This record gives sequence, C-alpha cells and structure tokens, in this order.
Amino acid sequence: MQYLDEYRNSDLLKTQLANLRSLITRRWVVMDVCGGQTHSFLRSGLEAALDDVVELVHGPGCPVCVTPAQVIDDAIDLAQRNTVIATFGDMLRVPGSTTSLLQARAAGGDIRTVYSPIDAVLLAQKNPGLQVVFIAVGFETTMPSTALAVAQARQLGLTNFSLLAHHVRVEPAMRTIMMMPANRIEGFLAAGHVCAVTGYQRLSQFAEQFRVPIVVTGFEPLDLLIGLTECITSLEQNRTEVRNLYPRAVHPEGNSHAIKWIDEVYQIATVPWRGMGEIPDGGFVIRSEWRQFDARHRYKLDLFGNDDDAECRSGDIMSGRLKPHDCPLFGNRCVPDHPIGAPMVSSEGCCAAYYRYTAERKMHQ
Amino acid sequence: MKPPVESNSSFVCPLPTSPDSQTVSLAHGEGGRLTRQFIRERIVSRFSNETLAALGDAALITVGSERIAFSSDGYTVTPLFFPGGDIGRLAVFGTVNDLAVTGAVPRWIGLSMIIEEGLAWSVVDRILDSVQAAARQTNVTVVTGDTKVVPRGTCDGMFITTSGIGEIVTPVGTGPSSLQVGDVLIVSGPVGRHGAAIMNAREDLGFDPSPISDCASVATPLIELHRTSLTPRAVRDATRGGVAAVLHEWSEASGLSCSIEESLIPVSTEVRAVCELLGLDPLHLANEGTFVLATSHHQVDSTLSLLKHFEVTRDARIIGEVVPRRIVPVVLRRSIGSDVPLDDPAGAPLPRIC
Repeated sequence: MQYLDEYRNSDLLKTQLANLRSLITRRWVVMDVCGGQTHSFLRSGLEAALDDVVELVHGPGCPVCVTPAQVIDDAIDLAQRNTVIATFGDMLRVPGSTTSLLQARAAGGDIRTVYSPIDAVLLAQKNPGLQVVFIAVGFETTMPSTALAVAQARQLGLTNFSLLAHHVRVEPAMRTIMMMPANRIEGFLAAGHVCAVTGYQRLSQFAEQFRVPIVVTGFEPLDLLIGLTECITSLEQNRTEVRNLYPRAVHPEGNSHAIKWIDEVYQIATVPWRGMGEIPDGGFVIRSEWRQFDARHRYKLDLFGNDDDAECRSGDIMSGRLKPHDCPLFGNRCVPDHPIGAPMVSSEGCCAAYYRYTAERKMHQ
Repeated sequence: MKPPVESNSSFVCPLPTSPDSQTVSLAHGEGGRLTRQFIRERIVSRFSNETLAALGDAALITVGSERIAFSSDGYTVTPLFFPGGDIGRLAVFGTVNDLAVTGAVPRWIGLSMIIEEGLAWSVVDRILDSVQAAARQTNVTVVTGDTKVVPRGTCDGMFITTSGIGEIVTPVGTGPSSLQVGDVLIVSGPVGRHGAAIMNAREDLGFDPSPISDCASVATPLIELHRTSLTPRAVRDATRGGVAAVLHEWSEASGLSCSIEESLIPVSTEVRAVCELLGLDPLHLANEGTFVLATSHHQVDSTLSLLKHFEVTRDARIIGEVVPRRIVPVVLRRSIGSDVPLDDPAGAPLPRIC
C-alpha cells in the first residue's frame, strides 16, 4: 500500500536502526509529543529496540487523554436531557468523574458515533426535532473540521446543532513542560499532523529559547526513526534548530486555509488539561460571533477545571519526570479498563501504550 | 525471542470490576475477554456440566450410541444485506461452520426469525431464498423453526437464531487444552474481511472498492481434514473478536502462549485500507468464513496442502506457533524482530479520532 509499505520496510528499518546506533555517544532524552507517535513507537517494537540508547519520553499529545473529565460529565448530563451526543468513537470509553459515554449509552442515553463532524451536522439537519451536540476535542489537527461543521450548520440555518468544544494547543504544553523544575527533555519530535495544519515556523523561537532541537516527524516506523536520527544528530552536534523530516505532509507555513477557519471560529484561551492542570493559552474557546453553536453557552455549562486523583502521577509522566511504571497506581488501580490518570484513558495515551506493550519488559526489570 | 518467564496472572489478565457497571454494555457481546467473562461467570457457573464447560463452537453429545454435535447461534447484522452476503447466508454458514470446526458433518438446521413489524415481504423473501440456497450448497436441511413478529422499533429488521445438528464422522480432537509447545498455527484465509465489510456498509464509509465479507461455509475442507488421518489439535471459527480472540482463548485453555509473525498474516488491501484509516487491527475484526487451526509440527505440510486444494481455504498459511507460557498470552513479532503483545479485544473496535 503506497505511503505505508515503504515506511515499514524491515530492511530499511534495520539499516536505519544501525545507522542511529552508530552515531550515539550517550543516552539522550527525547520527547515525542504526539500520542500517535507514542503508539507507533511501542506498537512497532521500535522503543524496545532502542531502549538502551535513547530514553523516549512520551508527551501529553493524546487529545482524548487530556480532555477534562468534566467534558465527559457534561456530555453525559446533556444525553440525559433529550439531547443527542455525537462523538468520535474513541471518546466513548473515556471515563468522566463517575461513568463513561459507553455506560451512559447502555443506560439509555442517545449517544452516537460519527466519523466526521460533518456527519453530526447532517444528523441535525435530518432530525430538526432533535438537539445534536458534537464533542469537539483534539489539537489543531481536528479543529478545521469542527470549524467547518459550525460554518456549515450556519449556512444550513440549523438551530439544533452545537459543539461541546475542548480543543487544545500543543506548543503551550511543550512550553509548560520545559519550564517545569527538574525538566529532563533534551530534544523534541514535533507532531507531524499538527504541523501539517499550523506549520512549524513558530517553533524556531521555541527551539532558540529553550536550546532544544525540534524535528517535525511523521508516524510510520521509518518516519519515527528518521526523525529521531535527525534529532540525535543535532544533539550530538550541539545544534538547536527546527527541521522538517515529514515534508510529504508538512509545509513550513502549514495549511493557510485550515488556519483561516480555526481563527474564524476559535480564539486562544487558558484551559484545563486532564492530568496537567491549567495551561496558559493551552487551548481554545468558541468566539462570541459563533456563540449560538457553542453548547457551553446554549446549555449554560461552566468549565470548572480538574478533579484529578491525588495519587495519580500523570503530570510527571507526561512531562517525562517519571515513567508509567513508577506511578503507584499503574497496573493495579489504574488499568485501561478502569483508567484513573489521563495517559491511561485512550489507547494512545502513554500509560495505556506502556500497559499494552511493555508487560514483559516490566517483569524483567 | 526472550526466554519464557513465570506467568504473573495478576498482570496478564486484569479484569477490574468497575463498580459503576451495573448494566450490560455492547462490549459484552463483542467476543474477547468481556464476553468470555460473562459466559464463565454467569452462564457456565449456573448450568455447570462438562459438555457446556468445554465451550466449543458446538456441544458434543451422545444419543444412544451415536455421537452428535449440537449448536445454537443468534444473528443480528446491520445492514441485512452487505457486500459478500446477507443475514440468511450468514445464519446458515455460521451454523454449518460451528458444527464443522468440531469435526461434525452438518445435517439439520432449526431456523427462527424475529421480524420487525413493517419489514417488506420482498426483504423476507430475499432472505429466505438466500437461506435456501446456502442450505442446498452445504447439504443441510432446514427441519424446524419458528417465526415471531415484534412491534416496530423493538428489533432491527430481522434477527435470526438457529440450532444445528451434525454427525460426528471421526474421533474428535482433544481441543485447545491439548495444545503443545511447537504446534503450528494456521489461518485459513485473509483476516478481518467480514468486520471491515460490515463497518464500511453500516457506517456508509464509502471505501471503494469495499471490503467483501468472507461469509462462506468452511465445512467441506474441514470434513475432508477429519476424514483423512489428519488430527488438528484445535480448530476455531474466528468470528467476533477475530483471530486475536481465538488465540487468547487457546492460550487461556492451554496455559501456553501463542506467537505469531506480523509479516505472515494475510490481510487484503481493502481490509488494510479500512484498518489503517480507522486505526483498527485486522486481527480484531470478525470473520465469517475463516478459521484458525493448530496442528502438530509433523502434520503441517499435509494439512496445508489439503486446505489449499479447496477454494474457500486456498490462501491458508502458517502465521506462528505455540510457545512456552510468557507473561503475555499472545505475542506478535514485528518485522524488525521486536515482540509486542497482541491485545485481547475488550469491546467493539472503535475508530480513532486521529
């Protein structure tokens, strides 16, 4: 399959692995920001193959994981009030403070899986008697599609469609991590899909300020290896620049059309992240011009912030100060079927990925 | 491969009972570990008997001096007609396959239909014609049945339940508890076709060309296998939960682990396209005409050459082997040589956000 097979070719992977190993003089600490990359590192077996020479830290880049429990609670509350909740599939299992959308659906709530925000708009159009609320979460990657959904709803004159939005921004989270005491991150693999929308010009300032190399990286095993090799090369040569190793998807200035629509509908705001607390400018809210499509406004839902479990160490884990195995809850009270911390919530969270893929390594330690 | 280590059961299969889970969820019906837990804790415990506890696709019972296989199954599918089949074919082939994997020649079927008020007669006729054609093709006779009509909204068009009876023609193998280290794991064709076809049709995903369901009878090659001197240790229809659920079940039954190689698993381009886009694993998707078979090392070649002789199993191939118990029950070897655990499906496969 084009664009997949060549990036999973085992001969190329083995050559690149040997190449990377040959240039490393010490065990660098590199953060992959995106949950998709974390998952791919573990799923492909690359992390295991590199563990002795690179310490990979998996950042807070799983949007499902960092969505506050309260967003789920609010959606469940709405589903109990004659409202249809439309959502991407992977939000269904995410626990709110007491229960998940899946359990709420089993208990009678009208909660439907859609594959695109536009499907939720069409659902509203077909059912004028129903109020449809789409749970709009994700980084800049998913924002253009949710912005276009409300634009289409306005064009269709719909009064029964709104977004329960909690979109978040990657760069402020990276900044928060770099400013934490005892930060250990020495280089970044930037999330390829977010950069496909936003571009990476703004990351230069970040790289300069924190003296770290940043490599825009894709998601297939060979993408990850090439990105990591570039990052390690920069570290070995003491360079702190931004490089793009995912040029087949990412242009320096991003996707201007997508950016225009994000700016049209959303404005930057300080929002809470599950497991990380409030992050300054860490997310978005819907602009007042689009208020009629904002479920928070329509249903008078305030966002209170987090109620994270005190024992959960997810903040330390997502910032690289602890490994999932170091958390006292990991693997006993906190497991994928019954997650407590944000990174265990979705299969792309780093605790869930560790739980799923590193059981044998854990037992060998 | 890493040396086998002592099993730590608390880490292998943690099933935290969620205190707020007071109701049945769809996940309990999707194969995999929640389904097994449901069956073990609430059904086997109540009706405890050896025949049921074997948890085969069909029960093996003795009537007078005759050994027969007896099965029962329910079919709910949306849409009723999908690329590669329909609920009628599915019901007949599913029943036939449940009997055949236990070593029986399928003979008789009971067919019950629960029909939603308002369903067009043309739909009912089309489904019944399909049942008739499938029964003829597999040499089974529909000998009993039932019809019920329920009010609009209380069933999704039509549900079908079947029972099936088959004659045991040869001594039956001992099943997954008899698996041995070194046994070879074979899959009878490309995996995940039914699950991907249904998802594409039900959710109107618009994949073109659409994956085609593998909905088919695998009775002929299996009966032939049982008629020869070949004695597979275990055969299982990889329906709900897919190949992954079968391997987890076998690992649980045998106390050993199953190790399979990514590069050996047959997946069609159409199924791969659906899985890559939605973030799903073909090994977790349902099949309706594909089985997993474990056999001893010295029977592999003759088993494979027999299977390749039949159209429905012509793409059969080795995917891995049974290994001493490791911490994880099912291990997937990636192309770069690293081993990663293969999940036991815990519910319906859910498409990812990004």
